[in-house]
Amino acid sequence: MRGCSGRVCERKGITVFVAWRELRFARGRFLLIGTVVALITVLVGFLAGLTGGLAAQNISAVLQLPGDRIVLQQPGNGDPSYATSSVSEKTATAWEQAEGVTSVTPIGIVQARASVGGGDDPTGVALFGLPQNASGTRSNPLFDLAPAGDGEVGLSSGAAADLGVTTGDTISIAGGDFTLTVVGDDLWYSHTPVIVMTPEAWSEASERVGGTGDATVLAVTGDADWSAVGEETGSVAETPLASLTALEAFRSEIGSLGLMIAMLFGISALVVGAFFTVWTMQRAGDIAVLKALGATTGSLVRDSLGQAAIVLVAGIGVGLAAVIGLGALAGQALPFTISPLTTLAPAVVMAVLGLAGAAFALRSVTKADPLTALGSNR
Amino acid sequence: MIELQNVTLTFPDGENRVTAVDNVTLRGRNGTVTGITGPSGSGKSSILAVAATLIRPDSGGVLIGNGSDTIDAAQLSKHEATELRRERIGIVFQQSNLLPALTAREQLQVMARLGGGTSRATRARIEARAEDLLDAVGLTQHADKRPHQLSGGQRQRVAIARGLVHDPEVLLVDEPTSALDQERGAEIMHLISRLAHERDTATLLVTHDLVHRETLDDLVTVVDGRVTTALTGRVPTR
Repeated sequence: MRGCSGRVCERKGITVFVAWRELRFARGRFLLIGTVVALITVLVGFLAGLTGGLAAQNISAVLQLPGDRIVLQQPGNGDPSYATSSVSEKTATAWEQAEGVTSVTPIGIVQARASVGGGDDPTGVALFGLPQNASGTRSNPLFDLAPAGDGEVGLSSGAAADLGVTTGDTISIAGGDFTLTVVGDDLWYSHTPVIVMTPEAWSEASERVGGTGDATVLAVTGDADWSAVGEETGSVAETPLASLTALEAFRSEIGSLGLMIAMLFGISALVVGAFFTVWTMQRAGDIAVLKALGATTGSLVRDSLGQAAIVLVAGIGVGLAAVIGLGALAGQALPFTISPLTTLAPAVVMAVLGLAGAAFALRSVTKADPLTALGSNR
Repeated sequence: MIELQNVTLTFPDGENRVTAVDNVTLRGRNGTVTGITGPSGSGKSSILAVAATLIRPDSGGVLIGNGSDTIDAAQLSKHEATELRRERIGIVFQQSNLLPALTAREQLQVMARLGGGTSRATRARIEARAEDLLDAVGLTQHADKRPHQLSGGQRQRVAIARGLVHDPEVLLVDEPTSALDQERGAEIMHLISRLAHERDTATLLVTHDLVHRETLDDLVTVVDGRVTTALTGRVPTR
């Protein structure tokens, strides 16, 4: 029989030829599908942007902590927590003397209130006690805020904006007055803007707000036997990323918002799959005719998936544009982050899951019997 | 040429099997139209389905081609049968079965894109033939219309052009006039006859009535799956 031997064969088949024309012919139907995909993309994108924004307000300062490990106090029962951790000088010394450890930086973190001129409208802030010139903190936006003297503070831009202060102004924190010397990047801890003071000033402030005055965590660099030293000292050494689970607010927010995003992804796959299943079932007669005329199942599958891909890319593209546009506006009033992680990544996941949903519909294509095209079956 | 040799086809019917085609032998000669007629349920469409390689017979052969180019379609795999339909067989369905999203011209052009192994040259040849065939069936002016914008007769003419656009050796036509009035039916039958003769295509045409028998070259009558009479040569009108 005639083959394509001796000729240049192509494998394009009917891909896009029929699909594209069906898209134009049934544009109302595909507009509806595309709109639903776009709306789901907006939902996912907004949720991802909001999650990113909330995460940034939770952890942007923690992510700047130096070191290979963050050492927290291991409580007798329960999990380590930034809110309750208190690392004594004895523990810090033990870590300094542990084999393989090259540097240890004690860091104090406590939440307090700050005001200007003893006003009645204090602002919740996160007080960080940081030394200047600590190991591995060159060009570190958090450590750039570290002041030189005990009577001075450095403010993140968010804190400065909330308090309405500029360099040289005096700020009251936990009963003490401090002069603002530096305003830096917008850094947050557990939804409060960051204020940095010297370790000594921080220790006093910590005691005034009910703390122990000991450092909250240690930023440790080196290659030690982390678990052994931790066990000996009643502490736990986590990687900076893993230590984020010790932030209760972050853990619960990310958990619930992440679950919502995952559910939306699942819904999008189901919706797109359902749309294309119904659509492919409606096309079953046409598919049988094409098979009877000689269309290969492979080319019909490519045609169907190509059609789904066009609708998905168009719908996701529109949704993504809406997320970026509306997200930029929302970012002025809400913690909203626009980044590849909160826009492109969900879009790619949407596209992949949507195609997976559409792939479920392909059974109608592969199983269509060309024999049904004969007679008066249609 | 197409020749069915001792073809038998059975279908499951509960615990038994029912014989739809019973040891049928018939031939469609190049450049002729062979009518297959008979009462409803006689097995006409089953014969066409076997000839179209849409179903494999229990036994017998389906020879397609001429001389050394002849193959037995009954022995082909599913994939090979699909390729055979794409390249050497044209099918015209009872209800035109046009794709609603495509224009008349595109219904023909799609034939150049059905398979995974169509060469660029073949595609260009088929697309060029599409214009000739639209002209041959008198639809050049309606080439950009979709099926819902065409009459029943026009739709069937598009289907005939689609069946011939890839220059098949065999054209299989299933009840082409069943949805048409007598005048339109006559037009379609004469068109099929003219194109079969002009293009030297072996045409098998299933029909339940013989109103337009003058357009048939040969006629086979089937009853209960068996060939009861076979007339060769121009079929006489009553």
